[in-house]
Amino acid sequence: MTELPLIGGAPVAVEPQLSGAKIGVVTFPGTLDDRDAARAVRLAGGTAVALWHADTHLADVDAVIIPGGFSYGDYLRAGAISRFAPLMSRIIDAANSDAKLPVLGICNGFQILTESHLLPGSMIKNDHLKFLCRDQVLRVENNNTFWTSDYEAGEEITVPLKNQDGQYIADDKTLDALEAEGRVVFRYVGWNPNGSRRDIAGISNAAGNVVGLMPHPEHAVEPGFGPESNAGTDGLGFFTSVLNKIVGGAQ
Amino acid sequence: MPRIVVDVMPKPEILDPQGKAIVGALPRLGFTSFSAVRQGKRFELTVDGEVTEAILTQAREAAETLLSNPVIEDVVNVEVVEA
Repeated sequence: MTELPLIGGAPVAVEPQLSGAKIGVVTFPGTLDDRDAARAVRLAGGTAVALWHADTHLADVDAVIIPGGFSYGDYLRAGAISRFAPLMSRIIDAANSDAKLPVLGICNGFQILTESHLLPGSMIKNDHLKFLCRDQVLRVENNNTFWTSDYEAGEEITVPLKNQDGQYIADDKTLDALEAEGRVVFRYVGWNPNGSRRDIAGISNAAGNVVGLMPHPEHAVEPGFGPESNAGTDGLGFFTSVLNKIVGGAQ
Repeated sequence: MPRIVVDVMPKPEILDPQGKAIVGALPRLGFTSFSAVRQGKRFELTVDGEVTEAILTQAREAAETLLSNPVIEDVVNVEVVEA
């Protein structure tokens, strides 16, 4: 399915062979950004598959996105209840398996991945205690993950950030290990918007197939709707990265 | 009906932003004797019938797996309260 641009301007040029790659987008009760994530997948040229948290199988998808929102109203802790959804067990097994299912957690999805122990550390309330929504500059610290290979190492991108529980924390030993292994994938540039340790905006697992970040690349994929800098499409690289990885790996 | 009370607190080494906001508000109301506040959570698990050792073990497991996140929180108390 070709995605029509919402306003003027040509649609993003996509490579036709990517449409064979299926990316699942999980919806939990209280998920907000599943539609945007699915649209981002389509704009990047892939096929988006809707997954429901209560599903017990992964519908043969090639990758999974756990989108942002407030699943279960952030009750108990952000992501804590979603982590035990039936589909999460499948995702955890597939991500840890030899097949290395690519998984991207955005915002609440990142929180779900830390609660699932697919990624280390945790998120607590922003140090200034306020919900914050702004365009945020990030530096791509590691472009060797499944979700960042279409970026240059050290490239600075601007995508929206919107959260209340966005302060990434882990103990120093964990942080030192993340840094040493190149698993800090994104860092905030210019200003740390939530008090995250070492300006960390996103991290990966050791294999690089699981990536989580607080800012929202799926809101910066279409000219005229994302941040004003760089045509507002800096987030598209996440989705083209994984699609190229899937298609390239299948050849 | 007996209840099992589970108390969860943020780990001591983790700054508690909510507690910090509360300690900032106290002096504005004239409560000037408190130098720090940490905010935790109290859960009350109702049991239909007698609290056996097996049920208490389940409560402790639930406290460690769902009710708290060991990265940021400690379970500081699990006790039975008769109604």
